[in-house]
Amino acid sequence: MIVAEQKPLEEIKELLGDAEKVLVLGCGTCVTVCFAGGAREAAIMASSLRMASKIDGVQRIINDMTVQRQCEWEYLDQVADEIRDADVVLSLGCGVGVQAIVERFPEAWVVPGLNTTFMGMPVEQGVWVERCAGCGDCILGLTGGICPIARCSKQLLNGPCGGSQDGKCEVDPSIDCAWQLIYDRLKSKGKLDLMLKIQPPKNWQKARHGGPRRIVREDIRLHLEEE
Amino acid sequence: MADNEYTVGSKLERILKAGHFAVTGELGPPQSADGDVIRKKAQLLKGACDAVNITDNQTAIVRMSSIASAAILVQEGLEPIMQMTCRDRNRLAIQSDLLGAYALGIRNLLALTGDHQTFGNHPTAKNVFDMDSVQLIQMVTAMRDEKMFQCGDPIKGQEPRFFVGGAAAPFADPIDFRPYRLAKKVEAGVQFIQTQLIYDIEGFKKYMEKVRELGLHEKVYILAGVGPLKSPGMARYMRDNVPGLRVPDYIVDRMTAAGKPWAGKKKDEMTKEERKARSQAWRAEGIKICIELIQQLREIEGVAGVHIMAIEWEEAVRPIAEGAGLLPRPEV
Ligand code: SF4
Ligand code: SF4
Repeated sequence: MIVAEQKPLEEIKELLGDAEKVLVLGCGTCVTVCFAGGAREAAIMASSLRMASKIDGVQRIINDMTVQRQCEWEYLDQVADEIRDADVVLSLGCGVGVQAIVERFPEAWVVPGLNTTFMGMPVEQGVWVERCAGCGDCILGLTGGICPIARCSKQLLNGPCGGSQDGKCEVDPSIDCAWQLIYDRLKSKGKLDLMLKIQPPKNWQKARHGGPRRIVREDIRLHLEEE
Repeated sequence: MADNEYTVGSKLERILKAGHFAVTGELGPPQSADGDVIRKKAQLLKGACDAVNITDNQTAIVRMSSIASAAILVQEGLEPIMQMTCRDRNRLAIQSDLLGAYALGIRNLLALTGDHQTFGNHPTAKNVFDMDSVQLIQMVTAMRDEKMFQCGDPIKGQEPRFFVGGAAAPFADPIDFRPYRLAKKVEAGVQFIQTQLIYDIEGFKKYMEKVRELGLHEKVYILAGVGPLKSPGMARYMRDNVPGLRVPDYIVDRMTAAGKPWAGKKKDEMTKEERKARSQAWRAEGIKICIELIQQLREIEGVAGVHIMAIEWEEAVRPIAEGAGLLPRPEV
């Protein structure tokens, strides 16, 4: 899932400017699961902002709603009137959600309430970790299912670097060294030969470095047209 | 390594191929645009070693570029080993720098992954890591031997020719994999290796045993890294906080014992002279330990030389090399 966390209230207040009507829009998918922008968080955000407005002496009407997924227009259409009616939409969706609203409702002014951070998962209550960087050319098959692009601080393909110590990455003791994990796993599976082979430089064109990416599936497109 | 043909013919390559025990030093460029800093440090190292590493934004702190500093060293009549990390440059920038470096007379290259930028003075920077050190070694070697850019295009005209080095961290984890990581670099084309600082001789012997078992010592020249300690505090810090380093307790104890006449005195209770005398005593012991380490390393089969790292203490290199019986350096 996409993992995000809320921006500080001060920054959000700044982003709202002098808007009188604010719609706090939550999203019912990834950011609900990571407790950053679901219905509950949207309601709490709305009441915090109401309180802040009172303290700051600002006249402001703040509503909150939540759609199942901000990243699909059909769900956004269900709250079209509320979006159009607001001076500012404070999206508690991920960055995709913010942009989906902007694209669907060009007349609306939309600001982000979250910092969208990574694709990952929870490993314990209240702890989420990054697992995939969407590099466009998955090499998990070579690394025993542990991603060195998202999880090695230097994105090394022929690691480990000299900074690996006691299973931790030189960058921070809270980071597991991805290459130690890969080594342990390949060893336990009797597949260390995978690590002995030199991996050539990666084709980063398939990652973000070839410009914004898109996927076109002609099979699905044609199928739709035939219907 | 039996053939006497040089790939590049740098002094370092000639020394190693002639079977001499090589000595390399290290010079950290200034955090300024003052080329005289390099010239002054060069004088301290001249004649004390065969070639000098020029660090590349070491510990991710902005310094004069390794290529410019190395070019100044060439002008001063010393042979540089230009360090090149993968942190700050992508494959385009690396290759163009290699072309330039060769044109400026630089003949040795040390290919490194590079410290992460969080350690340095620009922790908010975007890093590159387009390639890693193994891939970098492979690319530099192919540019030289196949006259080919990384993309596969031929190099028309003069190709950059470097005697290619790499690093090894024998005590970093996973420790069992370290000799194999070296093997990967050898397969990629590395010709010489400079190791991380060695203080734990017994541990290093075990590493070298495995290296010999894999036959790597016959395919690559291994220069063991050494460095003089300046104080017991530095020894303890390195023992406890630097990944990939092992400093045995006896070394920390020796450094502590060297400051015994001043034991129990806090820094602010001491006169300037006392502080100076203590620092000198520590440093003398640091140099002594370093010399002893070199003598022990020299006995290990497969160790082809030493790499003396005395950054910001370049004066120490000459007495160390002298004390270890490595001066004068042979002419080749
Ligand atoms: S290799 Fe690429 S696609 Fe696969 S998990 Fe890592 S970042 Fe994601
Ligand atoms: S210590 Fe491990 S995770 Fe960190 S940069 Fe090095 S190889 Fe990657």
